[in-house]
Amino acid sequence: MNPFSSGTRLRDMIRAIRACKTAAEERAVVRKECAAIRTSMNENDQDYRHRNLAKLMFIHMLGYPTHFGQMECLKLIASAGFPEKRIGYLGLMLLLDERQEVLMLVTNSLKQDLNHSNQYIVGLALCALGNICSAEMARDLAPEVERLLQFRDPNVRKKAALCTIRIIKKVPDLSENFINPAAALLKEKHHGVLITGIQLCTDLCKVSPEALEFLRKKHTDGLVKTLRDAVNSPYTPEYDISGIADPFLHIRLLKLLRVLGQGDADASDAMNDILAQVATKTESNKNAGNAILYECVETIMSIEDNGGLRVLAINILGRFLSNRDNNIRYVALNMLMKAITVDAQAVQRHRATILECVKDSDASIQKRALELVYVLVNETNVKPLTKELIDYLEVSDQEFKGELTAKICSIIEKFSPEKNWYIDQMLKVLNKAGNFVKDEVWHALIAVISSASDLHGYTVRALYKAFQTSSEQESLVRVAVWCIGEYGDMLVNNVGMLDIEDPITVTESDTVDVVKIAIKHHALDLTTKAMALIALLKLSSRFPSCSERIKDIIVQHKGSFVLELQQRSLEFNSIIEKHQNIRSALVERMPILDDGTFSTRRAGSLPAAASTSSGASLNLPNGVAKPSAAPLVDLLDLSDDLPAPSSSGGDFLQDLLGIDLSPAPTQSGIGQIQKAGTDVLLDLLSIGTPVQSSSPTTDILSSSQNGKSPIATLDALSSPSSLSAQATSSARAVPMMDLLDGFGPSPLKPEDNGSVYPPLVAFQSSSLRITFNFSKQPGNPQTTLIQATFINLTPNVFTDFIFQAAVPKFLQLHLDPASSNILPASGNGSITQNLRVTNSQHGKLKLQENTIPAPLISSEVHSSYTKSISTETAFYDGDL
Amino acid sequence: MGIRFILMVNKQGQTRLAQYYEWLTLEERRALEGEIVRKCLARNDQQCSFVEHRNYKIVYRRYASLFFLVGVDNDENELAILEFIHLLVETMDRHFGNVCELDIMFHLEKAHFMLEEMVMNGCIVETSKSNILSPIQLMDKTS
Repeated sequence: MNPFSSGTRLRDMIRAIRACKTAAEERAVVRKECAAIRTSMNENDQDYRHRNLAKLMFIHMLGYPTHFGQMECLKLIASAGFPEKRIGYLGLMLLLDERQEVLMLVTNSLKQDLNHSNQYIVGLALCALGNICSAEMARDLAPEVERLLQFRDPNVRKKAALCTIRIIKKVPDLSENFINPAAALLKEKHHGVLITGIQLCTDLCKVSPEALEFLRKKHTDGLVKTLRDAVNSPYTPEYDISGIADPFLHIRLLKLLRVLGQGDADASDAMNDILAQVATKTESNKNAGNAILYECVETIMSIEDNGGLRVLAINILGRFLSNRDNNIRYVALNMLMKAITVDAQAVQRHRATILECVKDSDASIQKRALELVYVLVNETNVKPLTKELIDYLEVSDQEFKGELTAKICSIIEKFSPEKNWYIDQMLKVLNKAGNFVKDEVWHALIAVISSASDLHGYTVRALYKAFQTSSEQESLVRVAVWCIGEYGDMLVNNVGMLDIEDPITVTESDTVDVVKIAIKHHALDLTTKAMALIALLKLSSRFPSCSERIKDIIVQHKGSFVLELQQRSLEFNSIIEKHQNIRSALVERMPILDDGTFSTRRAGSLPAAASTSSGASLNLPNGVAKPSAAPLVDLLDLSDDLPAPSSSGGDFLQDLLGIDLSPAPTQSGIGQIQKAGTDVLLDLLSIGTPVQSSSPTTDILSSSQNGKSPIATLDALSSPSSLSAQATSSARAVPMMDLLDGFGPSPLKPEDNGSVYPPLVAFQSSSLRITFNFSKQPGNPQTTLIQATFINLTPNVFTDFIFQAAVPKFLQLHLDPASSNILPASGNGSITQNLRVTNSQHGKLKLQENTIPAPLISSEVHSSYTKSISTETAFYDGDL
Repeated sequence: MGIRFILMVNKQGQTRLAQYYEWLTLEERRALEGEIVRKCLARNDQQCSFVEHRNYKIVYRRYASLFFLVGVDNDENELAILEFIHLLVETMDRHFGNVCELDIMFHLEKAHFMLEEMVMNGCIVETSKSNILSPIQLMDKTS
């Protein structure tokens, strides 16, 4: 034996550790001790086993690894003496967990000890089993524990009850065996057994519906009586806490009653009286009494409705809320959160107090109160509540600001009654806590601003003013820069003044200053600077007089170390210098974003669709050659999306702003093209999924036509009879449609002359069905004759029905006049129209697959949009 | 189960007793204890005794230089836990006679035995001080 170290007594070791001045010293002492303990263990030193384990427990508590002591625990447990067993079991509980395989070795010792003649040893084994039992141990030892539930000594019974909880949680199937013994514990007089028995029954009810049913039927009255006895019991010094006999027992009883009363009117009825008694008679000037009241309120709120009791409960909460003690206020807020589902009106009454709690100095109370306020907001109180919260935003703690901002933004988005108010409030939030605002929030704000065309001038002026005071708030700067880029002219000319505004004088140069400050600001990041560059480019066209100055600012970034900024700087500079003639077209104002669509997309609810914009290939000013066979994805056409709309909201705007630093839009375009070209070859693609009627989505294009004739886009029909078709139906509420999904492999086979092709439903929505019948003239395989049949499925007559179609360049399309332009309602008739499609590259399919251009939309209705869209697109695409 | 862990920590933030009722690795424990202690010890007397941390609710109470921290589930009765902490301190007081940090340090296993008699698997077993202490006194007598 090593006399040098393992001789240190526990006491000395603790002293040595306490005397350590630094963490390094402590580590050294612990390392030395651990080494000594290991040596001692290797020598199988019986005398010091106990002490070694005690030391290990201390070392473990300090947070050092002690796994090497696990086997020692098992040895101590297996020894005969009580003190050894005691420390062994304690070590077992502290140092081991149920996942370790060593634990399997202990099952046998546990079994022996559970059957031991000494009740204290039985108690030890039960305690250990209750703390660390695994599923296998539960199965092996459940019969022992079940027997011990009826043991003569109450101290064993209570431990067996808690041990059972662990067992039924590990193996719920075993719960059946325990229902009767558990119910028997409810009649006990011993507080310890009673409290554990009640706990066991509560847990049984959670895992087993039969147990719940059984206890509800047979024991509700008994438990009510037990609670009554507990409430009325005379003074018992052993269990008394500040004048109340065993508040823990009260609380456990109330918890079990809650489980039994939930969803059962009879059981709830049976406990009404006693709950009323507890709620009115319990003393509320001590913590113990309040704990009981708190539990009682929760039970009243959870069981089946009884108006009178609920009033009582809400009153107690009201008292709690006005209590000076912060603990009591905290639990009151906690409880009101649950009460709100039961009686929102009553909670609303305390709104003012709750709002005060948001401003409390205590972070826990603030957090609770804020969550409560958040659920209290509705259409009627949103304005005053938002005002309060925004006012508070200014003075709140830094740590709290993030959460507060998120909640305020969410409230504003959810309940805003009008756009003007929404914009005002968001600007206030950006102004005060712009650095805490999430990206989605300011993206959404831009969508709203864009769609509120009458407020453009007002917004840009407000942002200009806000920028003067809060240029540190990043998201404010971003929104301001974007708006100035788009609507800078309105700022200078005071266009669209609202009555509430004071006119301001801003020169063109002032406007450029704002963007310049943003781009120069050291604290602002890449995205902001990239946005600022775009804004500058836009301003250069809007303010010809400042063009030179803007050019200078842009040029300063051509040496930027950030590729993105450098590239933008160079390309923009080239646009300003060399391409004056197309500049104004390039930087036209962005088309209006539809915020409704935006938010739908943000929720990710719009199904994936594919369509592409006019492929009129533009020669990009920056000289990036654009593959002519890859028409650009139309960034604005909302139907245009990658087939992964999950987080598309943010991306979409990113794309739109051209600030997404990845080439996603381009890729998406190519991806879709290939898809259209290959996979979906024969599909009369993409009219798809009519948007769910519950959320009528108006897309940009249709809204621009006063909602009269939204567009259904039939896309590509490639392959031997490639064809793109576009249908303009006059169905009133038909939103964006997309044909793409749902087509299996093509029913059309590239056979030779004169074959018969099965008809194809080219488009089907709730309002319109289009069927195509195909035929080919013998000896003329490159020409496909298509007879389109249109059937109106709505109860309204479609008038002025026009079908339009477009095809890729290598196809020729001849459209015959339609049989009529009035489509009778409810399928009572149809219109037919013949199309003749000639494929100039018939027979070259294999070669074509990857290069077949995606179908093009070319409709007069939105040609003006496609123009600006495609210029934007081309621009950003090249840029990216 | 209600109680997830019980910690006793001194003013300097050193752990003096730790009992977990769910398994956490050593690293997780150290991190958790560090975070909780920082959060709780920074609070003043006027602030409430409850702190939300991760998915726990910490109920804590200070006795002289020692903090008692109990981590519970979210649906546990916080006021009752507060009362339980007091009961724990009273029980230790009765055994050690004016319990202090050193008593717990040098009699760590006894403190654990007491705790074992009071809480098992996160549930309260016994609330009577004499029932809690009788096995410990018995053991003291025999040894």
